[in-house]
Amino acid sequence: MTAIEAVRPRLQSRVVALIGNPNTGKTTLFNALARMRQRVGNYSGVTVEIKKGRMTFDGKSFEIIDLPGTYSLAPRSPDEMVAVDLILGQQPGEPRPDVVVSIVDASNLERNLYLTTQVMELGIPLVLALNMTDVADGQGLQIDAARLENQLGIRVVPIQANKGKGLERLKKAIDEAVDCPPPMRAAPAFPEPFEREEAAFGARLGGRWPPFLIRRLLLDIGGYTEKRLATDQMNGLREELQSARLRLASAGCKVPEIEARTRYGWIRQMSAHCVRRPERRPITWTDRLDHVLTHKIWGTAFFLALMMLVFQTIFAWAVPLMDLLKFGKEWLGELLRGSLPAGPLASLAVDGVLEGVGSVLVFLPQIMLLFAFIAIMEDCGYMARAAFLMDKIMAGCGLSGKSFIPMLSSVACAVPGIMASRVIENRRDRLATILVAPLMSCSARLPVYTLMIGAFLTSGYPGWVPGLTLFAMYLIGLLVAPLIALLLKRTILRGETPVFVMEMPVYKRPSLRTVLRRVLDSGWAFVRRAGTFILASMVLIWALLYFPREDEQGQSYDLQIAKLRGDLSNLKQNTKFENDDAKNAIEDAAQAIEKTIAQIDGEWKRNSYLGRIGHTLEPVVKPLGWDWKIGMAALASFPAREVVVGTMGIIYNMGKVDSGNIRDLEQVGATPLAKALQEDKVFTVPVALSLMIFFALCCQCTSTLAVIRRETNSWRWPLFTFGYMTVLAYLGALLVYQVGNGLS
Amino acid sequence: MLSVAQLQLGQRAVIAAIQGEDVVCQRLLEMGVCEGAEVEVLGFSPFGDPLEIRLRDYRLSLRRSEAARISVRLLTGGSR
Repeated sequence: MTAIEAVRPRLQSRVVALIGNPNTGKTTLFNALARMRQRVGNYSGVTVEIKKGRMTFDGKSFEIIDLPGTYSLAPRSPDEMVAVDLILGQQPGEPRPDVVVSIVDASNLERNLYLTTQVMELGIPLVLALNMTDVADGQGLQIDAARLENQLGIRVVPIQANKGKGLERLKKAIDEAVDCPPPMRAAPAFPEPFEREEAAFGARLGGRWPPFLIRRLLLDIGGYTEKRLATDQMNGLREELQSARLRLASAGCKVPEIEARTRYGWIRQMSAHCVRRPERRPITWTDRLDHVLTHKIWGTAFFLALMMLVFQTIFAWAVPLMDLLKFGKEWLGELLRGSLPAGPLASLAVDGVLEGVGSVLVFLPQIMLLFAFIAIMEDCGYMARAAFLMDKIMAGCGLSGKSFIPMLSSVACAVPGIMASRVIENRRDRLATILVAPLMSCSARLPVYTLMIGAFLTSGYPGWVPGLTLFAMYLIGLLVAPLIALLLKRTILRGETPVFVMEMPVYKRPSLRTVLRRVLDSGWAFVRRAGTFILASMVLIWALLYFPREDEQGQSYDLQIAKLRGDLSNLKQNTKFENDDAKNAIEDAAQAIEKTIAQIDGEWKRNSYLGRIGHTLEPVVKPLGWDWKIGMAALASFPAREVVVGTMGIIYNMGKVDSGNIRDLEQVGATPLAKALQEDKVFTVPVALSLMIFFALCCQCTSTLAVIRRETNSWRWPLFTFGYMTVLAYLGALLVYQVGNGLS
Repeated sequence: MLSVAQLQLGQRAVIAAIQGEDVVCQRLLEMGVCEGAEVEVLGFSPFGDPLEIRLRDYRLSLRRSEAARISVRLLTGGSR
């Protein structure tokens, strides 16, 4: 029994960290190794997710940590630092891994080994998983794994993660590596002047920093280790660092170039013994496909067609599934209402909780369909081509081609769009994309637009006016979002220019398991993390609209309504009519009851706490041309924009209006709600426009805010988004109303 | 001296140096864009920027602004 084993109890599971470049099949390997009990680790201040899973081998249990894919361990942000801290055992609450598995793409060995040489310096037992050996074969590359093992001084296991080949041998190698010494002897040696400076700095810091971080400190100009040094209580170290780098430059070891020169030089020398190349590079499938898919005309045409398919899927084809969910919600609501006694409990269950749960689940079809597309595009290697084609357009607003798909998806719904921003590695680009995505005109704004346009801009106007207005509303998002993105990148998200240096991976057949897993993960993550917040906000708004529940005579509104509903259903059960007159009389009576219900409901909601808040806030919304009723409807729509239509229906005594039914411009103008709005003296064309602009620019959508909170792992960004969008919406509405009112 | 941004489709060249010492430079170096490595221009995006190159055993896309910082010595090739 070795010393390490003696210290560790046998039962405790070993920790294995999985590291590798992007596009090496790391996730596939992780899914194949850790079939059971996957979960996600979150760390404060970090926006990347780290997955963990369990594997057993030979009766022993291993915990596998899937570190984010990276080309290098030169941390520049908290996100990049997590991997380093985890491997060094410096991440609070996480044990130091016992083994690191470095997965490399055999067809692209030189660049992949760069990261491996860095991992070698971390002083941890290391196993190299040589993946994609079949792709290497296809390119005529012959890799002598045994020789490679000798050269590197670490275990090398050829695998094909997507076909599950070599996994048992890899597990065995991991198990054996646990007790092996770390592979320090094999790592490339840096030039003597560099190692001297390193030793001096290590001594200067009094051994408080691991050697790896000392090396990073010298090499990474403006890197994360420098920032850590600034918080370290030592004076003058910055200046010492500067002069050390100057000395290195004059000794022919210029930073940062020396690192690449040393590592790649070593890799080339070593791989000369282990890799045999063909005389002529064979033309591969990737060559042929890329010739078409990145072609100026064919590539663009294919991309546009694909994007239309994606958009159509989330915009239109998700609708039947969403309708099904809505139908199920209504059915369950009726069931609950029928079985619970009328009162706060029934209302909370139906209007609060069920409505809330429904509004969470209703996003799932869009999220999961979009992620199916994204997972396929990423897994087969097309995503990089899409970013390549769109980069120039997105560069105009300070972003990169990788922001295109998140932004496009946001036109259907910002929630899946924001989740799709995970494909962007650059933290600032990703944040900018997340923060402006809610400006894109999503489908939840459509009911507001159609109601306003249908009621005020259709009859008495030329036929092109409604369409043009709707188009203008979409255009606002398309114009404002890039401007805000540019502004953000110039102000609060300013920093080093993001580097658009992107690998174009080899095309491959997407793995069904990877895609399915991604789809399920995305849906589950949304429900679990965003769901609670959405539900809470729905219940809050419900309570504000429900209480106080008694009218001036002390009679509770809901009991009155319940009684009337009872009368109504009794009336409707009576279907045997003696003649037409009797039938008409009953129908008239039913209509009268429905009208009374709507009136009581309207009075109730107008008297509710939210109604009172609306009254109090009237001076604030007055400059927009709104009265307190419109203001209250806007407040009530905090959980979701489309709620405004339903709330307006209630406030205007028209009963609950289903926003889903307001789609067709022609018919909207004739609906009772539109008529009621037309009759309201407050509502004029400028007011309608001001309301539309407000809803175009505001962030009245808790789902979006919840998902921003989830993706950025902080409350700061959702609050910021809500704040800036509300200000923008207010100013936009103010401008439109004041100008419109001045003109008319 | 010639830069990668000035290369034509299909031209091959050997990297001589990379200007600068900032994060762009470091990222390029990490990706294997360093002295002595061979590059070949594979294509351009519809708007001429970014471009796609072959480097070591893989394909890399980068913007013209970054490509302009990589000075090269021309080997062979030309418009295919």
